[in-house]
Amino acid sequence: MPEPTPIDQLTYEQAFTELETIVTALESDQRSLEEALALFERGQALASYCAGLLDQADLKVQQLSGGNLNDFTPPA
Amino acid sequence: MSQLPLFQPSPPPSWSVTELTRYLRELLESDANLQDLWVQGEVSNFSRPASGHLYFTLKDEKAALKCVMWRNAVLRQGFLPRDGDAIEVHGTISVYEVSGQYQLYADLIRPAGEGVLYQEFLRLKARLEAEGLFDPARKRPIPKWPRRIGIVTSPTGAALRDMLNTLRRRYPLVEVVLAPTPVQGEEAPPNIVEAIRLLNEEIHPEVILVARGGGSIEDLWAFNDERVARAIAASQAPVITGVGHETDFTIADFAADLRAPTPTAAAELATPNRDDLLASLADQTERLDRTIQAVVSSQRWKLSSLKNRLQMRSPQARLRTDRQRLDELARRAAVGVLHSLQLRHTRLAGFEQRLGALSPLAVLGRGYAVVSHPDGRVVRSVHQVQPDDELNVRVSDGQFTTRALEGD
Repeated sequence: MPEPTPIDQLTYEQAFTELETIVTALESDQRSLEEALALFERGQALASYCAGLLDQADLKVQQLSGGNLNDFTPPA
Repeated sequence: MSQLPLFQPSPPPSWSVTELTRYLRELLESDANLQDLWVQGEVSNFSRPASGHLYFTLKDEKAALKCVMWRNAVLRQGFLPRDGDAIEVHGTISVYEVSGQYQLYADLIRPAGEGVLYQEFLRLKARLEAEGLFDPARKRPIPKWPRRIGIVTSPTGAALRDMLNTLRRRYPLVEVVLAPTPVQGEEAPPNIVEAIRLLNEEIHPEVILVARGGGSIEDLWAFNDERVARAIAASQAPVITGVGHETDFTIADFAADLRAPTPTAAAELATPNRDDLLASLADQTERLDRTIQAVVSSQRWKLSSLKNRLQMRSPQARLRTDRQRLDELARRAAVGVLHSLQLRHTRLAGFEQRLGALSPLAVLGRGYAVVSHPDGRVVRSVHQVQPDDELNVRVSDGQFTTRALEGD
């Protein structure tokens, strides 16, 4: 298995896909206890990360004007 | 010389008013040209009484036509004209017999000129379609989890507000970049084209939403512009259009990778739903927990099983077994000893009994006595005794003294 990327650098899609892979692997393959526990820990961390991303309530909105990217302020 | 018809003898009338009117009605209704027609003119005498029906007159410089639209058609009709409006009306000609009036029974009213615009729309659509611009094979799939969404719309319209609300609710972790643009008028098409270009070049979003709220065909006309259609088709990022209401179809919609019926629907089509994501996440987490528990359980069971087998072979186990054997042997030995002791006891008792029977004391019990001198010499014969000797007589239960008298 390749060296796993630090979780906070992953997009939601990458993190969730890796989580699915881990769960499927744990469910199907015979593994040593150490391997299984290591996968489980990574899986938990990924799930936690995904939940954190979904928990955020604010939407980041910016506006492209005259070549500049500024924060968008909704009209009054 | 012509004869005045007035004085010409003529037959009595062969028509009643009803019959004649009915004839005229049927005549008009049988003419295909008078069914399913469009007529344009100016509105006057517009009225909408409590019945819900519409009554108005359509006129131009030289003629007038009475029109009526029944209530159920009125309810379907969005646009309602006012006196002085130039309109186009679709319907059928017939006669209202009661008043002897021919009139247009209308089922659709629209502002004048829309017909012309619609023709133009059809022509452009056909041309671009022939070019293959709307080919389904050109349409790209919308990425499932966009990181960035570009939006092309008016910064002040309700469309933007609705889209942002939808995105915030469904998928707040996405980044939104707005490229603001007018969405109607002459200046709209070039600005829309530029907005799409800028988003692709500067921002590289995973998907672009092109949207505006509802309006008439004239209001939406910018989205029927050929330049806009080509810019959408050429966009690097897939484009979802959400223009007008559900029933509005613009050229931009046909050119887009995906058409949404409204701006809100466009935002929905671009994103996964947070509720669904949370449910999927919960599902994966549950499976993760269950699986690791199963793995650990299985390992524990294996360990326990091995431990048991090991225990059975351990020194302690051996000792216990030996001890147990020892205890068993000891027990049996003890039983054996006890048994032989009892046996001896029984034999001893036997001897005692026989011994007892042979004891001199037992003889005395039979009536014999032991006679002895005071010095202890036992008298066995008469020759040992002189008359007047003091003698000791022992019987079974004691002794007494006596003096010999006469003997042999």
